[in-house]
Amino acid sequence: MAVTLFAAGNAMSQQVVSAPAVLPPKPGRSVDIPQSGWMKARERLAWYLVAPTIVVVVLVALYPLFQSFRLSFTNARFGSPRPEQYVGFTNYIRLLSDDVFLKALQHTVVFTIASVVIETVLGIVIALIINSNFSGRGIIRTSMLIPWAIPTVVSSQLWRFMYNQDNGVINDLLVNRLRILDSPVAWIANAGTSLPAIIAVDVWKTTPFMALLLLAGLQIIPGDVYEAATVDGASKWQQFWQITLPLLRPALLVALIFRTLDAFRVFDVVFVMKGAALDTITLAIYARQTMIDEQFLGRGAAASVVIFFCIAILVIIYSRLVRVEEV
Amino acid sequence: MATTTAIRPAAASTSTITRASQWTLGKVLNRILFWVLVLFIIIYTVFPFVWAVLSSIKPSVELFSTPVQYWPSAINLAFYEYVLANGDFLRALRNSVIVSFTTVAISLTLGSLCAYAMGRLQFRGRVPLMYLILSMTMFPQIAILGSLFQIISSAGLFDRLPALIIAYLTFTLPFTVWVLTNFFKAMPGELEEAALVDGATPFQAFVRILLPLAAPGLVTTGLLAFIAAWNEYLYALTFTQTRARTVQPAIASFTGNTQFELPWGNILAASVLVTLPLVILVLIFQRKILAGLTAGAVKG
Amino acid sequence: MHGSNSTSSPVSRLVAESLTGHLSRRDVMRRGAALGLSAPVIGMILSMQQRGALAQDATPAGASGNSIVVPEGLRTDLAGSRVRAVLSEASSPDRAWLEEAMSLFTEATGIETEFIPGETQATDRLAIYNQQLGAQSPDNDVFQIDVIWPGIMAQHAVDLNATLSELAALHFPAIVENNTVNGALVGMPWFTDAGLLYYRTDLLEKYGFEAAPETWDELEEMAKTIQDGESPDNASFRGFVWQGNAYEGLTCNGLEWQYSNGGGRIIEPDGTITINNPQAIASFDRARGWVGTISPEDVTTYNEPSSLNAFAPGNAAFMRNWPYAYSVTQAADSPLVGKVGVAQLPMGDDEGSTHAATLGGWQLMVSKYSQNQDAAIEFVKYMCSPELEKAFTIDRSHSPTISAVYDDPEVIEKQEFLSRLKPVFEGGAVARPSTVTSDLYNSVSIAYFTRLNQVLTGQADGASAVAQIEADLQDIMADLGY
Repeated sequence: MAVTLFAAGNAMSQQVVSAPAVLPPKPGRSVDIPQSGWMKARERLAWYLVAPTIVVVVLVALYPLFQSFRLSFTNARFGSPRPEQYVGFTNYIRLLSDDVFLKALQHTVVFTIASVVIETVLGIVIALIINSNFSGRGIIRTSMLIPWAIPTVVSSQLWRFMYNQDNGVINDLLVNRLRILDSPVAWIANAGTSLPAIIAVDVWKTTPFMALLLLAGLQIIPGDVYEAATVDGASKWQQFWQITLPLLRPALLVALIFRTLDAFRVFDVVFVMKGAALDTITLAIYARQTMIDEQFLGRGAAASVVIFFCIAILVIIYSRLVRVEEV
Repeated sequence: MATTTAIRPAAASTSTITRASQWTLGKVLNRILFWVLVLFIIIYTVFPFVWAVLSSIKPSVELFSTPVQYWPSAINLAFYEYVLANGDFLRALRNSVIVSFTTVAISLTLGSLCAYAMGRLQFRGRVPLMYLILSMTMFPQIAILGSLFQIISSAGLFDRLPALIIAYLTFTLPFTVWVLTNFFKAMPGELEEAALVDGATPFQAFVRILLPLAAPGLVTTGLLAFIAAWNEYLYALTFTQTRARTVQPAIASFTGNTQFELPWGNILAASVLVTLPLVILVLIFQRKILAGLTAGAVKG
Repeated sequence: MHGSNSTSSPVSRLVAESLTGHLSRRDVMRRGAALGLSAPVIGMILSMQQRGALAQDATPAGASGNSIVVPEGLRTDLAGSRVRAVLSEASSPDRAWLEEAMSLFTEATGIETEFIPGETQATDRLAIYNQQLGAQSPDNDVFQIDVIWPGIMAQHAVDLNATLSELAALHFPAIVENNTVNGALVGMPWFTDAGLLYYRTDLLEKYGFEAAPETWDELEEMAKTIQDGESPDNASFRGFVWQGNAYEGLTCNGLEWQYSNGGGRIIEPDGTITINNPQAIASFDRARGWVGTISPEDVTTYNEPSSLNAFAPGNAAFMRNWPYAYSVTQAADSPLVGKVGVAQLPMGDDEGSTHAATLGGWQLMVSKYSQNQDAAIEFVKYMCSPELEKAFTIDRSHSPTISAVYDDPEVIEKQEFLSRLKPVFEGGAVARPSTVTSDLYNSVSIAYFTRLNQVLTGQADGASAVAQIEADLQDIMADLGY
């Protein structure tokens, strides 16, 4: 879900962020009537208008976030009559010596890198294809919205069905039709194939979206740049590396930021397909299991704070790479 | 590699008409390869959903036959009948509708007010607030799962719809504000200016002039927020048990109607039922969504 | 659910028709006599008919036929109050039966009831209960609790000794004791469970085996022979299915493997951690050997319904499951009617080997936060009465917690295996280490089943997994002050 929301949110906002380039100048500053009474009235109005949102955000997001930080330094347990005590960094130290946590970290990193890299490469290929003019590109664009619209829980169940060892369509295709494999594989149960199989689901669901974002970047590259390059004798391959990719960079970075953040907090697809099994457990699943199933609120909060900081660090790294336009 | 070489000629063909008419063997091969690739992409993206629909209307014997039977020999609606007669599923469906619509309504109402102020009015604290909202759209849901749960429990909202609405506001509201702020900012100022000169208050200008202009943006934002709320799983799984359970956790734990058959027919039928409205919405609004997605992922 | 239509017995059809008002009193008596029903039974049907309109809701589901006899002496002064009971999961094969039982209760007492489905997996169910009860929510009045939870649930429970001590005296003392925390009866025993071996009598005969396997070696041999013989005709056929997913059910399976091989109880009742021993390691490695040979490779994602999904249509020779599975395989539309045998699980061959069955079972608890405690207690009294336990045993093959029910002639006739295996249920089963680990049991179980699942999927060997579990358990027990 967050996948959809996020990337979509970004794309939407980017649309508008980019708008200043097209629209009349100074769009953000509407009216400059030099009367201090007016200004005061408008400032007061502004605060009335933003107040409800601020109240809601503080109550439902900031306060819980603060609580999570606080709890991560305590031994709090759900439903325990034992009073809550501050335990310093004990929870964090315990995480580092917990091999399940380290496995979860490792899976999360592998999942993030693999899915983002594959989605980006495939996304560029697909975007290039759609960007070439051919009749029927409307159909391909429409068809790509379908994986994006399907809820993650549904697509996970759907792929679980297709991965089925005995009568799943994937084994049928690979074994009986294409004869690539000799015998059916238990894709989800087998510890060697489970994580790649889950990554494949994420790639299926998110690549089309990536492609649409990148397509937008491609469409603003003027065609005469290529013509000039062709005249200069650059091969198609050289053109791709020397023209397309550099000009695509801003779009690519924006898409990468949001995909990386989403991949890093992955929960739905893994949890629906594998639960908390150790061969695929991710940080978000670990945190939830610790907090909810084991009731170790403090330790689980510490794990979720770790996720929070990882994501914060990623945001900082990326925002160095792409300067977010001043608000 | 093959792809890029296949693509270039196509891209170039519009600009270099003279050379495009010279058909060589290489070009024909490139062309074929290109269409094979296009076909493959369409099948790859669409097949799983088509497969879900096909499987959900197969007679249950064919659902599990080996080798797999690709085309149903007859249409069997028993899975849909079961799912639609299943009280738990219907309740989940109703819950999802209520939660998603309410969340979107609250987000759009509060969000458009806030966004108007941030997009069109100058006030101290605007920039920090903007950063706050932006960072709220980025933070991971799991970070507040435990503490939000504590709050919900102590407020007596466990397994109640308001719990989910509150939880969903944590991501739909910042998102709505962020998108709409940029939307308002991008609007030309003249109309509003004229209204102000005519003696309207800024608030009247907002309600009468800007809000109607923002309607397309509200629809798109609302749609995206709706999809996000409808598809949410982690909070729904953790904060509900029965009466407030929504469709996503319901589908994740769907099982068969008898022990003699695997539950897949029912799961798929339920999946198709909860996905179809989204697919239809997305197809209806695809121009808007595509415009939203593609209009400018790149800054000029 | 299954059997809710089609071929119900003539008796249940008679009951159904009389309840829906299709038959007059005379018709009922005439047809009942023709069916050879005794006068009391006919009288019961007639009295049900008289109870009026409410029964009509109950009958559509009731067509599956049940042998419920409503006990005497239920309070009727609580009519109009409402009991919400969290019972089995939404898709449970027992659900129709439970809903019928509940509507009969409503008829008899006027107390409205609502069936609230619980989570399928015990770990999730416990987490949800903890969340709900931790918030002191009055939403639900009665909770079905696992035999391992009384320690955790005690703080939220009404002490049933105060009102139902007479009823408690009828139940197995060992379970009553298990459910008693600091002198308070946290939950009334409802049905007990023990892991059992189901086998296909027709296939054993076909391949020349005379009896159910006594040892794991024998089981492996039989499963392999039958699987080799059957798989050419049925590619999905497997020798042995069980519960290998990383969840509470795997803890139950694993405990049986190690205990039956002389490998102890993970944590002994005195708090000693004994998991790290050669017999336990050998039993883990043995189970790993089944995966992909006599068991499907994806058995490591199976829970109870998925193993039953393999066994019930006839795709497996052996299955480890709880007693409820028997009635499912013997339902009217089952392909396995008369072809299923039930025995104790095999034992290992190391020192100290013995037959082992993990103790399971469910109790009914009344929530302290319920606003209808009297009605809820009355409901528990009804559900755990000898009458209802007997009917639950006959109709749904659950093992009762009342000794006399096992010796009832009707039970012996319908569920021969339950009476035969009475010693197992009466106290022979092995308990998971829940008492000693109290509210940290979930952590113990999670550590155990995730590591064991790693062994089964080939990510670790038995020895290293057992060492890891030992380390995890030491941390947990340290928290408890051991």
